[in-house]
Amino acid sequence: MTKLETFLEALEGSQTPDDVQSLVVALRESYGVSNAVYHAVNVGPMPYAALTYSPEWMQYYHDQQYVQVDPVVKGALQQFHPMDWKQLDWSSRGSREFLGEAISAGVCNQGLSVPIRGPNGQFALFTINDNCSDASWETFSKEYKRDMMLISHYIHRRVTDIFIPEAEDKSRALSPRETDSLKYLSLGFSRTEISDKLKISEHTLRVYIDSARHKLGALNTIHAVTTAYSRGLISF
Amino acid sequence: MIKYIYADALDAFPKLRDSMFRDRAFQFKERLGWDVTVSEEGFETDEYDRVNPLYMIYELPDGTHGGSMRNLPTTGNTMINDHFSSLIGGAPIISPLIWETTRFCLSPNVGKLAGRVGAAVCLAGCEAGIRWALDSSVGVFDARMVHIYKRLGWEPEILGSSGTGKSAISAGLWALDEASKASICAKSGIAPQEVEAWFDASFPMMESSQILVA
Repeated sequence: MTKLETFLEALEGSQTPDDVQSLVVALRESYGVSNAVYHAVNVGPMPYAALTYSPEWMQYYHDQQYVQVDPVVKGALQQFHPMDWKQLDWSSRGSREFLGEAISAGVCNQGLSVPIRGPNGQFALFTINDNCSDASWETFSKEYKRDMMLISHYIHRRVTDIFIPEAEDKSRALSPRETDSLKYLSLGFSRTEISDKLKISEHTLRVYIDSARHKLGALNTIHAVTTAYSRGLISF
Repeated sequence: MIKYIYADALDAFPKLRDSMFRDRAFQFKERLGWDVTVSEEGFETDEYDRVNPLYMIYELPDGTHGGSMRNLPTTGNTMINDHFSSLIGGAPIISPLIWETTRFCLSPNVGKLAGRVGAAVCLAGCEAGIRWALDSSVGVFDARMVHIYKRLGWEPEILGSSGTGKSAISAGLWALDEASKASICAKSGIAPQEVEAWFDASFPMMESSQILVA
């Protein structure tokens, strides 16, 4: 299994906020980075964070009201692309002093932050952070940016399910094409055969399967098929 | 050249901003006859311009709009999921790796440059996908656009259609990848390096040592 699959499988088993916290800690090990942070601003009744920064730094950050200075937060509130920290706005003296303090407290020099947008203004943020040269970070980002995009959204999805289980809504409904794709997969057809049957390209088939997985909160294709089956969304 | 600009940063480019919203009014209201809202100043905007979308805009040498499109993540509210889900089987398209592209527009002033401007705007989308690990963009388009995408070398896969002839609309899916980039570059004669330079100019990357020393 890839790192991504291993993580997603473990995430599937998580039932509580504490479980998610341990997974975020584990993520740090599996990807070999120093820190990982998931922060949901307005998902549950209270802001929720799962992170590896020290409690002392979090307390200090809170006391100093650094949320108003932190360029990561400022960037992610407005923008929605994955952001390398070196692309953020560090022009103010305050932001650079803040970074200096953060680094003294164990935050590292390289970061990749993924803003997460949900329906109706839902907002969360996921970050990985490490100490390395610009060149090694570039290599790491190229290789794992897609993983981080998916991981951030799956964590968000899991946290949403934990905090607001009643949120099962129409955004989770499968389209007929998504249902067909899962059904043929469950019957053991190859992707090439399915795209022939549905008269779509393999690229589009992959999109349908990924979209169905995302809606079902399923972490791999087999899980998507079994979830869809158990909810009566596909039948044989 | 192409500039990537989030809505909240548009005010720094008033000439580009105003000419884009005017060109959109011309294209969508006057030329295509869509049911869109145009303000007293002649600007076409809708609810999706107010949730801080990312525009990819071709800026002409005089600083005005040559062509553009508007992007939003499909994990949030999108036009296709809110208003056109009948085209895609009634259920929304939601993926962290798919963005929605809307309001693909060319200025009536581009003349002979139309091919280059259209290609550049599409290339801006491909480059964003490559840099940000996205898979695809999804969008609703008019029957008249089909041959334009074909000529650009970036044909969408059609997910569903309604209506016939000139009034047909479809939902399409475009791959954001190296193959699409190469295809559009080959047809338009735009060098891949030029596309990369546009992206880098909009999202400049500092060196980590510069940030702390500065």
